[in-house]
Parts: sequence; C-alpha cells; structure tokens
Amino acid sequence: MSGAYRLPSGGRINRQKPISFTFDGKKYQGFEGDTLASALIANGVLLAGRSFKYHRPRGILSAGADEPNALVGVGRDQAHYTPNVRMTMQELYDGLVAESQNRWPSLMFDVGAINDMLSPFFPAGFYYKTFMWPRKAWDAFYEPKIRSMAGLGKAPTEADADRYSQRYAHCDVLVIGGGPAGLAAALAAAESGARVMLADDQPEFGGSLLAETEATIDGKSAIDWVAEMVAALKARANVTLLSRTQAFGYYPHNSIGLSERLTDHLANPPAHLPRERFWTVHAGEVVIAAGSLERPMVFPENDRPGVMLADSARIYVNRYGVKPGKRAVVFTAHDGAYRAALDLKKAGIEIAAIADLRHHPEGPLVEAAKAAGIDVLPGTSVTGTAGRLRVKSATLARIGADGSAMDERQVECDLVLMSGGITPSVHLFSQSKGKLRFDEHLKAYVPGRPAERERSAGACRGLYALSAVIADGFAQGEGAAKSAGFGGVTARTFAVAGTLESDPGSFLGAAPHGRDASRVKAFVDFQNDVTAKDIRLATREGFRSIEHVKRYTTTGMATDQGKTSNMNALGIVSEALERDIPEIGLTTFRPPYTPVSFGAFAGASRGDLFDPVRTTPIHGWAAEQGAAFEDVGIWKRAHYFPKAGEDMHAAVERECKAVRDSVGIFDASTLGKIEVVGKDAATFMNRIYTNAWTKLEPGRLRYGVMLREDGFVMDDGVVGRMADDRFHVTTTTGGAPRVLAHMEDYLQTEWADLEVWLTSTTEEWAVIAVQGPNARKVIEPLVEGIDLSPEAMPHMSVAVGKICGVPTRLFRVSFTGELGFEINVPADYGRAVWEAVFAAGKAYDITPYGTETMHVLRAEKGYIIVGQETDGTAVPDDVGLGWAVGKAKKDFVGKRSIVRDEFQKPDRKQMVGLLTDVPAEVLEEGAQIVADPKQPAPMTVLGQVTSSYMSSVLGHSIALAMVKGGRARLGETLYVPMPGRAIPVKVVEPIFFDKEGVRLNG
Amino acid sequence: MQKFSGFGLIARAFGAHKSWQAQWRDPEPKQSYDAVIVGGGGHGLGAAYYLAKEHGMRNIAVLEKGWIGGGNTGRNTTIIRSNYLFDESAALYDHAVKLWEGLSQDLNYNTMFSQRGVLMLAHNIHDIQSFKRHVHANRANGVDNEWLTPEEVKEFCPAINVGGKDMRYPILGGALQRRGGTARHDAVAWGFARAADALGVDIIQNCEVTAIRRDASGAVEAVETTRGTIKTKKVGVSAAGHTSMVLDMAGVRMPLESYPLQALVSEPVKPAFNCVVMSNTIHAYISQSDKGEMVIGAGTDAYTSYSQRGALHIATHTLDAICELVPMFRRLRMLRMWGGIVDVTPDRSPILGKTPVKGLYVNCGWGTGGFKATPGAGNLLAWTIAKDEPHPINAPFTLERFREGRLIDEAAAAAVAH
Amino acid sequence: MLVIPCPYCGPRPELEFRYGGEAHIARPEDPSTLDDEAWGAFLYLRSNPKGLHAERWRHIHGCARYFNVVRDTISDTILASYKVGEAKPDMDALARILAGGPRAAAGEEKSK
Repeated sequence: MSGAYRLPSGGRINRQKPISFTFDGKKYQGFEGDTLASALIANGVLLAGRSFKYHRPRGILSAGADEPNALVGVGRDQAHYTPNVRMTMQELYDGLVAESQNRWPSLMFDVGAINDMLSPFFPAGFYYKTFMWPRKAWDAFYEPKIRSMAGLGKAPTEADADRYSQRYAHCDVLVIGGGPAGLAAALAAAESGARVMLADDQPEFGGSLLAETEATIDGKSAIDWVAEMVAALKARANVTLLSRTQAFGYYPHNSIGLSERLTDHLANPPAHLPRERFWTVHAGEVVIAAGSLERPMVFPENDRPGVMLADSARIYVNRYGVKPGKRAVVFTAHDGAYRAALDLKKAGIEIAAIADLRHHPEGPLVEAAKAAGIDVLPGTSVTGTAGRLRVKSATLARIGADGSAMDERQVECDLVLMSGGITPSVHLFSQSKGKLRFDEHLKAYVPGRPAERERSAGACRGLYALSAVIADGFAQGEGAAKSAGFGGVTARTFAVAGTLESDPGSFLGAAPHGRDASRVKAFVDFQNDVTAKDIRLATREGFRSIEHVKRYTTTGMATDQGKTSNMNALGIVSEALERDIPEIGLTTFRPPYTPVSFGAFAGASRGDLFDPVRTTPIHGWAAEQGAAFEDVGIWKRAHYFPKAGEDMHAAVERECKAVRDSVGIFDASTLGKIEVVGKDAATFMNRIYTNAWTKLEPGRLRYGVMLREDGFVMDDGVVGRMADDRFHVTTTTGGAPRVLAHMEDYLQTEWADLEVWLTSTTEEWAVIAVQGPNARKVIEPLVEGIDLSPEAMPHMSVAVGKICGVPTRLFRVSFTGELGFEINVPADYGRAVWEAVFAAGKAYDITPYGTETMHVLRAEKGYIIVGQETDGTAVPDDVGLGWAVGKAKKDFVGKRSIVRDEFQKPDRKQMVGLLTDVPAEVLEEGAQIVADPKQPAPMTVLGQVTSSYMSSVLGHSIALAMVKGGRARLGETLYVPMPGRAIPVKVVEPIFFDKEGVRLNG
Repeated sequence: MQKFSGFGLIARAFGAHKSWQAQWRDPEPKQSYDAVIVGGGGHGLGAAYYLAKEHGMRNIAVLEKGWIGGGNTGRNTTIIRSNYLFDESAALYDHAVKLWEGLSQDLNYNTMFSQRGVLMLAHNIHDIQSFKRHVHANRANGVDNEWLTPEEVKEFCPAINVGGKDMRYPILGGALQRRGGTARHDAVAWGFARAADALGVDIIQNCEVTAIRRDASGAVEAVETTRGTIKTKKVGVSAAGHTSMVLDMAGVRMPLESYPLQALVSEPVKPAFNCVVMSNTIHAYISQSDKGEMVIGAGTDAYTSYSQRGALHIATHTLDAICELVPMFRRLRMLRMWGGIVDVTPDRSPILGKTPVKGLYVNCGWGTGGFKATPGAGNLLAWTIAKDEPHPINAPFTLERFREGRLIDEAAAAAVAH
Repeated sequence: MLVIPCPYCGPRPELEFRYGGEAHIARPEDPSTLDDEAWGAFLYLRSNPKGLHAERWRHIHGCARYFNVVRDTISDTILASYKVGEAKPDMDALARILAGGPRAAAGEEKSK
C-alpha cells in the first residue's frame, strides 16, 4: 500500500485514493491529501536533499513553508519543470515526478560531499580572503568553479508551457491566514457585512487545527469546528475564500500581493486554468493571522536526516497519518515539544527521552508526559548525533551551571525532535513598515505600532493558548470591520476544552554542549550551511550589526529567508557580543514571504500581449502589400514596401525615385495631433512654442518648435490655424503624449486664466501624405470644395473641404521637398480614402513608401528629426532652427534658458552636412568626427553623424552631423575614424537637394 | 592588517579560525579629525581609503548613521560598465573600471569583480542608432564597446530569446562591453573599510550627523553627531539619497530628488545566465550572482520617497520584461525584493566636487548607477578633498553646471538607464 | 501601489496617475528679470524632504486634471489632496495627524 510508516488510521488523507509518484526515478505510493514530504515519510524516506555548501545529507525538517532542506525539482518535462520546490508544500498528484538537487551522481552518494571534509577551510566568508592570486585566475578558474558548485536546483531549459493570470480586487477586510484566529476574524468581519477576503496558503483552511486531535471548540472537534466555520463563510455572499493562496507581500497603502496556485496539485490540469493567479488586493483593513513558526535547537550535528521540528512531526502524525520514525529523542526548552511527544507516543512512536534544557520544567504538559511514562530529563542537552544518511543515535548530557556537559550517554533513535520555541510570523507586519517589539518571555519579536490600517491576530502576535487565539481573532476581525466602517457584530465567545495549558517561554541561540565550539557543526541556517561557529567568527571579525552578520555568513539568505534561522542567529550574536537582542536589531523582512513564480508576476504579458500594438487605419493595407514594419514606441509603422526580390536598399531607392519623379503615398497617421481651441488659443501657442503665432492667418500652416523649460528642443511639428480660436497641432510620433502633458501642465497649473481646451486627436485623423510633382494631379479629381491651385493653396496652407465625399482638413505641406499634401480624414475613412487616392494615382505610378524613404527624402532637404539630430542637449540654434525662435516675444517656455551664455558659444555642436569623397560610401550613423584621425585615444571628438543615407537622386551618399563650431567649418575636411581607417568628409551646408525650394513651391 | 590569502586560510583552519582579527576597529569618535567623510557606503569608505593611501591623510573618520555598506552599496544589482556616451562620463566611469580591475589585489579583499561582459539590447531602429553612437564614441575614447548582430547576441548569451514571431520587440542587436561585469557589493564596502582602517581611518558606525557647523567666515569647522561634536575643517558628503538633507545642514540646496529603486533576486540555481544583460526599451536588467541567484532590476518608481520600498507593479513590469527575454525563467521564483533610495540629478549625471561652502565637498547624484563608480568616485572625492580642487576627470561634474545649463545628459542623449 | 485621492474622482490606484514633481513651484511671472542663479534654482532646486512633501499628480487615465497631494515620503502615507490653486495645507497640522497613526491619516483623507 502506501508505505511501512503509514499509520493504520487517522489523518486528513483519503485512503481510498492511492497515488503513484516517483522520486529520483523510484516509484512510490501515497494518498490523496499527502504532500510529497508526507508520502515519502510514509515510505520511510527522510533523506531529501543535499545542503548548499557542504553537500551534507539532509532530511525533511518541517511540515510547512519554512522547509529549508527538502527542496526538489518537480516536473515531467523541461517546459513544466520547477526547481527548488519544497516537498512540504508540494501536494501529491498521480504521476508526479520529483528529483533531488545539488548532488552528483546521486542523493545517496554525492561527490560534492568532499566539501564537508574540507569544511575547516571554508569558514564563513572564506571567499573574500582568497582566490586573488594570480589576478587572471579569478575570471578563468576560481569563479567558474565557485559558480558550478553554487546554486541549488537547475533552471528549466525550455520556455514555460503554462499560463498565468492576474486580478485586481478590493475588499473592506482582508484576512491573511485561515487558522483559528483567521477563521474567527473572517467570521466576525463577515457578520458586519463588510466585503471580506480570506487567504490561506494551504489546500485546506484550518491552519494548526488541521493537526489538532485533542482540543474541542464549542464542544466540537477542532476539525468539525473548522468545517462549520468554513461552511458559514462560504455561505456568505460578502466573503471570498482563497485557499492555496499565499499573501506574499505587503505594499504601501494596504495593497497586498497574493499568489494563488491553481494547478500545481493536479495530475491533469484542465486547459482553461492558469497555473497561478496573481492578485493585487486593495484592502480597507487588514487582519494578519499568519500564525507562528517553530524554532529549531542549535546543537552539534543537528542537521542529520531524522532531525525534525517537534511540531512538524506532530503534524505528520496527526494530519497525514504517517510516522516520521520509530524511536525519538526530543530536545527542547519549550512546553510545545511535550505535546508533540505525547501525540507521537500515542501513535506508537517510542519516545526514548525528552531532553529539556530547562532545569525545572513544569506544568500540565510536563506532568502529562511523565504520567505517560516518558523519561523527562531536565537540564539536559543533546550534544551530538550519529548516523550518515539517517540519524542513528543522539548523545545526551546534563548541563552544569557553567555550561559544562556531564554524564554523556548515547541514546539510539531514528528521530530527533527539536523545539526551541515559537517565533510569531511578523513578516507581513514588518513589510508594512510596522514597528516590532522584542518580547523577553517569548524570546521573539512581536508587532508593535502598525504603519498601515492593519491588525495582527493570534499566534503571529505572540498569543499561544488556542482559546486566546480564537478570541483574539474574533476581536480583531470585529475591530477591522469597525475601522472599515462596518459594525453590528454580535459578541461571541468560543469555548475551548481539551488542551493542556502551556507556557510559551522558550530558548534562543546555541544550546550548550560542552564540546569544542570552534570545531563542532551546530547548524543555524540549514540550507546555507551556516553554523554557530560561523556566526561567532563573523562577530570576532568585527561584524557587529545583524545585517552584517547575515551578509557575511549568509545566514537567513537561503530560499526559506531565515524562517527557522534568524532568531537563533540573533541569539548567538547577542551572546557573542554580550549585548541584548533589541540592541542588535533584526534583519529586514523582505517580500515575498515564500518565493513566487516570475511567471505569476508577468501574468499574460507575453509575446503580442507584452505591450499593446498600435496600428493606423491603413495598417491592414500595408500588411497586405507586404510592407516591412518597424516598432516606433508601441506603434507599428510601415518601414518600406519591398517588391519581389528587393532588399531594403533597393526598395528605398525605388520609393525615393518615385517621389522625386512622380508621386508617392505615405501613411503619416501616427503623427501626434492636438486640437488647441479657445479664445486665448493664440496666446497659449505663443507661450508654448518658440514661434510667433499671433499673425498666422487662418488657413495657413507654420512649422513650430517646442522647448523644455531648460531650453532644449523637445518636439516639433506643423501647426495649422483653422480659425482665430482653433489650431490643429501636430507632434512627432513618439512625442504626442509628452507634448500634451507638457501643454496641460502649463495650462492647468501656470495659466489657469487662459480660456483654452486641449484635445488629443491623434486617433481621430488618418493622415495620408501624397508627395511628388504629380501629387496635385492625383488628388485633384477627388477633392471637392477646395481650390488646389498654387495661388489659392500655396505651400504651408490648409483648407477644409471634402475628399472622396469625406470631410477633410487638407494640408499643403511637405516633408520631402516636393509638392505635397497631407490629407487628414476621419480615421474610419482612412483606408477607403487611401485606396481611392492610390487608385487615382495608378496613372502616375503612385508608389507607397515607408518611414525609411521618408527619412532619406527629408535628409536630402536637411529637415531634422527630433530625437535623431537632437538628443536632448540641443537648443534651436544648434540645429539651425534659430529662425523659428520669435525674437520679439517677451517670453515663451524655454526662452530664459536659451539666452544663457552657454548657448551663445560659437563652439557648440551645430548641424552641418557631410559628404564623403567616395560617392558610394555611406557613413555609419553614430560615427564620430575628428580633425586629426591619427591622434591616440582618448581622441578630441568634434561631433557625430546623426543621419546618413544613400541618396539616389544625387547619386551620392549624404549625411547630417552635429559638429562643434560646424557652421564655421563649411568647406573643411574632417575625418570619421572607423576601425582600421579614417574616412575623410567635407563639411557642407545641411541641405543637399533643391536648395532654392523650387520643387516645394511647384 | 592580517593578510588574506589561500595559504593564510588553510593555516588558520588548523587553529579553528580563532586567530582572525576584527576586519576593522570599532573606535569611539575622536574630538577632531583632519577630514570627515559623511556616509559609510562604498563611495565614502573608498574616499577615506584613497585619502589615506594616496594623499597621506591618516587622521580621518568615516561617519555612518547605520552600518557600513547598508545603503545603496548593499542594495544594488552590482552592474559595472563604462560605455557611456559623453567624453566626460566615459572618462569618469572608465576611471572606476580601471580601479575595479586591480581592486581585490589592492585591498587584499576579494571583491569578486567578474568581467562577464555587459550586453545592452537594441529592440528598435532608434536603439540601434543610439548604441552605435555609443560604440563609436567609446572607441574614440579608448573604452571597449562593440556592436553585436542578433546572431552574435544569441551566441554570446544563449539564454536570451532574440526574436521570432512570439516576441513583441525582437532583438535587433546589442552593444557589448566585455570589460563590464559585476562585483560582490558587500565585499567592496568591507574591503575598503578594512584597508582604510589599517591605514588609521576611524570607521564610526551608528553615528548620524545632525548638524554642520560653520565658522565666522562661513567655512566648515565641525559636525554635530549623535555621538558628539567632531571638529574638522573638511567634510566630504557621500550620503546618496540623504545627501540633500545633509547639505541642507550647511545651507546648501541641491538639485537632487530621492527616488525608490527596486531590485530582486530569484532562488539560486546552477549556472544558467553567463553575462549581464540590460534592456532599456523594455526596462529590465539581469545577471546571475556567484551564488546562483538571478539578480534583476529596472528603473525607479515614479515618485520621490525615502521608504526604501516600492510598488508591486514596478516589479511585475520588470519581470514581464525578464520573462519576455528569457521565457525559460518564467518558472524561476522571486526570492527577495527590496528597495533603495537613489538621489537623482536633473541630467542623471553625478555631482562630484566642491560646494559654495569652504571645506564642504560633495559626491552625489549617481542615481541608479552609483555602484559601478564606487572606487572611482571615492578616488576622485579624495583628490578633491585633499587638494581643495577637482581632479580633471570630475571637473565637469560641478554643481554650477545646472545654473550654466552645461548639462551632461546621458539619459536624454541615449535614453539608456545607467 | 499607492491609492491616490483625486479631488475630482476620488481614490484611485496609482496606475491611473502620473507623478508631476514638487508642487507650489510657480513659474516666475517674468523670467527675464531673474539672473542665472535664480533661474537655475527655479529649474532645478527641489526641497526633497524626508517627511511631508507637497507634490503634483495628474490623473492621466481619469479626469486628466493636475492636482496636489501631501504625502509623507517616509511612510508614503497621503494626508491631503487638493485642487490646483488651493492653498498649501498647514503642514504642521498634517504632521500631527500623521503622528496619530495610519487610521487618523486615512480619516483626514476621507474628509477632504
């Protein structure tokens, strides 16, 4: 059946549902309801992994999220493979495949274990002290070696096949943890009518009650009480219950991150389910009922497989119906371990002895243990263990007042249970920036003053007795509801019986053992192999802050984030430095509480959903024509339109020629467009742009330049004055949101007195540029109500009318240097008009062209592109736009900045043209420009090439460049240094074609 | 100072490592020092070390309000590179890289400087233009940086998904600085502290500066601290996110704002990522630490804050990008996330030099890129304090440049994060 | 993620907003009268306090309005939000409310 260590009855497993799984290739059986850990324990397997540094064999230590040792890789193939899965959290499913990690060739026999023998040479921080000679050997030898030794599991080698989803949620009260306190808190809050969410990381609600076999609540067994509570909560419409859901992080303003696991427990997950769901919850009030963690005892060889946390052993017995061993020694300084011993004994596990560090343990639990015939040894420590892959015996000794060990004796056992006490889970409280307070009796930090609208309830604030925990949960739930504005909860008490009173007092630090403390290995952080002596070494070496000790020794930095180790490390530091624990401080709790999949954070954001794809109304047409697209921000723009057999250069050459010779058509819809309207619109434009707008008549266009307040060119674009009180502003494709925000900023916060309204119209207009000597002829037949003659509609004018029966704002404008029009039509008609123009252009062999051709054509004319010629460091004069600055204007945004001395200097970088000696030589964009190519590095650089193309109309390459004092260098020869050679270039005016603008005005 | 070496480690193993001494003393502050450094991060400790080593000033103290290396030194993603665009920046950061290259030996402390290469990915034509400009500018400056095709990117970093139909922003190439890489951040602080201490520098932790006192002429004469008054005529402030608060004590207002910067690591895995990869366009960077964790970061949160934490949605966007670049890392899990406080200037370049107050020097404004400059910044701050004038390398990085408009705007120029 | 109380739309998640830097830095009436020092200070000097900070936000995915918020830069707690043109609140009074804990701060936020 399911293993020799399975108890004949009990536990919350379904014995009717046996399940097969494999671990390291060997087949085992468990039951539904098992974790991988409990199922392996049922089969007598405790050896689960190898430690990080020394490769020591390690067993299952805990039964929950705090597990540091039992980490495995899980997954049937690489697309479903997850490393570093805690066996204690992995629910069993049929066909589960798990493998151990960090061992070679096998878990039983691991060559890396040689590190354990060499461990005297690898104390904490050893790597800071060596591997420095010879210098080159670090990169070539030492570091690769260290790297291959480090790491635990293996990253999958294939892309993840699973999906993840994300949700935002709001609630009035979020309860974190579904144990006794959390259930009571959720019930109280729910009864107030508040919207309640309850999240718990286990598959079932109940928390510690899932392993509670003795206590009764209101006369019912703990399990029945849980079932009733859950049923009551489920029945309420105002409650959302989330199991298998970890609250991993507490972020500002009560926003809490939850990760819900949906399929990792299923053999055949339904296709519609994502693997995990990532919640961002905005909660009015939060009740943290996160429970507590048990602390190990730090004693020599406390890491052998078979050494287990006492309460975890109890959970295995009571909740999973498995026996973690046959004969146990219990080592404790805390009443809780007695409860475990009693339950284990009842399940048929022999308790060889309870070694209690306390000299006078007393109370009902101690008495009960004695009454049950258990050998209770006060003032006794475990001073060592034996056994290789499983503990075989423990050495017990009486501890004298001076810490010496007396009367050592070996006790045979296959299980050592330990419990130093409980540590309240204050992780989320601390993440919320709440202040912690050290409780001397508990020897633990508990929540103090909160920083958010939150409360802690139950064990996570140091309460221990079940009756107190439930009562506190209810009270905090009610309080939270009240703070969230809900009241009317009927007071309620819960009668708890059957539990023996116990004291939460406990022990912190390393237990005395009488052996040479500098030689023995008493582990504090199991996964990272940090021992008590490592921590003492760190303090000896001057690391006095707990953060330093943590970083130097790596204690608390393993995948369990110090859940079992942090408090003991503090205790040891406190003892070594002879300072109280609160003086030493506490390391910061950082999210997530337990590790969360990257995929859950990313959610559906992958591939095409990574970012929205923004397309123009003409996109579909371009795609049908086989256009190549480029990404510009989130836009897709047609880059060029290759014909069969053409590469980009051939296509661009053909497209350029078509525009210069006849006519081309270009989709300019991505240009940003803003409608500026109101009686003060011209005043506003005057202040925002460098240019003067007052005198621009309706029906005319002007090229506008916009500066940041610090004087640097921010954006540019053609602006049409549609009426006295209305401007049609265009911006660069990428700049549109920035420009609108900039305008709104000034309008709303500086010039609120202006009557102006701004509306983004980028999406409203499709823009079809028709450019070339035949442009007018192409569109003339389609246009109604607009006189297109040069006299009526000269360059830089705008008219309103119809094209193809569709309303249009027709711009006569050119970014190519040719006669050109930009047809603005409502976006819904964009494609139809485009196709009509294209059809009308057939007679002139109209050619669609893309952004690359647009760039070449404008460069031939020396028109700049903001972001290419300018780079955030240029003022208008630098890029030859001094003419666009309204000198007579008293003020505009950026004016005060550009009059500073720095911007009058003659050696500023200025835009020029460059011509190579060899016509076919196209300079590389970004290439540097120097006067003396023979100088050694660092060279005195004069500037850089900003745009560079082959100009087919000129039969020569052309380039625009920013060159120091460039305008004074016209005619000079400078050099572009390239690897192995320097290209001579002649400095020319930055206009290469039709300098007089004859074609433009055609 | 006890010498660190493999031999020493073996020898002391036989004495159970009992004979290792404190790496630095824990002295009480003296009444006066020749110079005081405010801020015990890598930059401040470096300044103290180089003041003692290169300028013969031994009577100096480093005042740290918490524990050394506890600020951004211990919170960053440890990327080191010098392929900056502008001549001034390239000179500044390459000065640091050259010091990094011999730092472990110089300090006798293994800082694990690993020249694994820093690869910056281009996702669009603008990126290509920008990175090629960097490559050419760096070559002219003698700083290594080379352009890789997408195929070469894949070859250099096989874990990266370079493109195809499944990728929103396929990779069109990359700029690689082979001398770039990472280092062990804590070790840098500790190494400088130990070496400075050995030269007589007092490293005083848990000592917060509460006031800067000036004499009648306006010059610095003392600092008030939580551990008493300390007389000194020279104060070097290297306090990262808290710089504007400290300078305010001397009446100097700074063009600085402090933003949260988040970083995170995955659980440790065996070697799976062999270099540093940065993508500014999709906002993420990643490398794998010697311990096996994937170390991941992105840009700052949107708003100023000293909370040392940031918003969850910043981390989700960062991991969106990582999962897009390396889809097989989707099943890795985030182990820890945290925040630092970075001080940002209007042009995203640092301020390193004198202030209007005599005897007061400042090193700040490193934004998201301070770690890589650690030894260089310390070295140049030391020079500036010792000589009362900036070194030619940090001379352009004045406070006055903002008044003059002489910005060194790497971010605007390249749209590349540090 | 911050929850930002827009004075026009009510509390909304941070994702809907864009941060706009320190508030109450008015553009000089006539910049030409300022010397370089004063102009540089207007452009670049910010108070960057560790504590209460009056700052601008814009509800870009909502009403599109700029407004001001007072936020504690240590805890990120928001203590007030108000429209452009309204006076800066009494910061000392807000500091006292902040000292009263997160619920007191939230109460202030609601009454706005």
